[in-house]
Amino acid sequence: MSLNLKEIRKDFPILDRETRPGVRVTYLDSTATSQKPVQVIDAMNDYYRHSNANIHRGVHTLAEEATSMYEGAREKIAKFVNASSAREIIYTRNTTESINLVAYSWARANLKPGDLIVLTEMEHHSNLVPWHMLQAERSIELDFIPVTEEGLLDLEVYQSLLSRRPKLISFTHMSNVLGTINPAAEIIRHAHEAGAVVLVDGAQSVPHLSVDVQALDADFYAFSAHKMCGPTGIGVLYGKSALLEAMPPFLGGGDMIKEVKLRSFRPNSLPHKFEAGTPAIAEAIGFGAAVDYLSTLGMDEIAAHEHAITEYALERLEEIPGVKLFGPSADKKGGVAAFTLEGIHPHDVAQILDRDGIAVRAGHHCAQPLHEKFGIPATSRASFYLYTTKEEVDLLVNGLYKVKEMFG
Amino acid sequence: MDDLYREVIIEHYKNPSYRGKLDPHDISFADNNPLCGDHIQIDLRISADGVVSEARFDGHGCAISQASADLLMESIIGKPLEEVKKLNKESILEMLGIDLGPVRLKCALLSLKVLKAGVYGLGEAGDELVE
Repeated sequence: MSLNLKEIRKDFPILDRETRPGVRVTYLDSTATSQKPVQVIDAMNDYYRHSNANIHRGVHTLAEEATSMYEGAREKIAKFVNASSAREIIYTRNTTESINLVAYSWARANLKPGDLIVLTEMEHHSNLVPWHMLQAERSIELDFIPVTEEGLLDLEVYQSLLSRRPKLISFTHMSNVLGTINPAAEIIRHAHEAGAVVLVDGAQSVPHLSVDVQALDADFYAFSAHKMCGPTGIGVLYGKSALLEAMPPFLGGGDMIKEVKLRSFRPNSLPHKFEAGTPAIAEAIGFGAAVDYLSTLGMDEIAAHEHAITEYALERLEEIPGVKLFGPSADKKGGVAAFTLEGIHPHDVAQILDRDGIAVRAGHHCAQPLHEKFGIPATSRASFYLYTTKEEVDLLVNGLYKVKEMFG
Repeated sequence: MDDLYREVIIEHYKNPSYRGKLDPHDISFADNNPLCGDHIQIDLRISADGVVSEARFDGHGCAISQASADLLMESIIGKPLEEVKKLNKESILEMLGIDLGPVRLKCALLSLKVLKAGVYGLGEAGDELVE
């Protein structure tokens, strides 16, 4: 069944607001962060109004309620990505922190100087900088799967990189600029055959595709709530329990311990071993509500809707003289259209569109090396989600004609 | 018409008077805006009595950053370096004649940061230079 956009948009009151009198917002920046439905906002409010208390250890009613809401959300998230157990779902602040957790805990315990990590040229800075930092400390080696002109990973080069026996492959499931959906299962299978551990940056994929971490056989899989209708400040690191159990703790403090003496401690069991200090409780509950919301709509239906919108958007954008689109065709990508408009800087494009309430992003989208690869400092990026309509795409196209006229 | 894209800004962006490089030069400095990758290089010639005799900018960026660089070059030619050092955020906003939000302000101020870092002989164009 296809999505009922009219009903869905009622769940997102922000989509009705005006950015100036008489100008309704056209939100085309969901790749940066999605909007939040009332179901998520209400869940967080209800928690603060009725059940607020610190989790675990407390024996009073409020603490019991808060704990079961917080842990209940973890169960929902585990089911959503088909983890074999909620113990494998570690709450973090976001995808970035999840990747850093692997870099600090797993990589520092398992890698030695000279070991190779394979990344790709289309990574977000969050999947580059933690490894640069590790390299400075450990003298590990980094190499990269190149991106083709079409915006796909060059899997032939990947094969030759695997012959160098890398210890870790870390790659994005879906590019936040090109929109490319990478063949994750295939990449992971080859990595495992070569004996490497695999970390997947799922920040863009989990919100838009049906993701099954067991079917993919990912060792680690990172994602954020705020790009999938949930709040900011909470994300997840999924990890296979055998790997997580063998890893040293990351941050130390309360909640991550089983026992503390003046001069020593014993870490807690999974998943708490990696969750030091009072966590983002309301945000975890909001995350659970977001997962409920997406599940009710159906991830396959969401993906189908986004595919139709993306196909339409690419077609319309291509019609505009001077527009250059980046990334593969609609059948190989998610709901992202990064483009340049000849002779006009993306900042100016975004600023002028904003006058008509159209929200797009301009810049390098935290993927500077990818932009360098394509020889451009920046792009404008329109991105789509479950609430995006064709009318909004039309508004974007009209807006771009206005921009051209202004700079004409 | 859009306040931000006043005619003077579009005009200086499209037809800058001071785009280019100076060879030889007495001062040359370049830096990026990390937010958007905008890049600006500024070359200066300084006369014996410490006055800016020639100024050029080069690089790429949005209309705001390029127009503000062009206006800045125009304004410093003939000025003593000591006066150039006193330029700040307000000087640029006055030149542009527009109000800018925090994000676009960085575009507008990039050229001044590069200029001051060059004049002071610093390695990096920091925000503190334009406060």
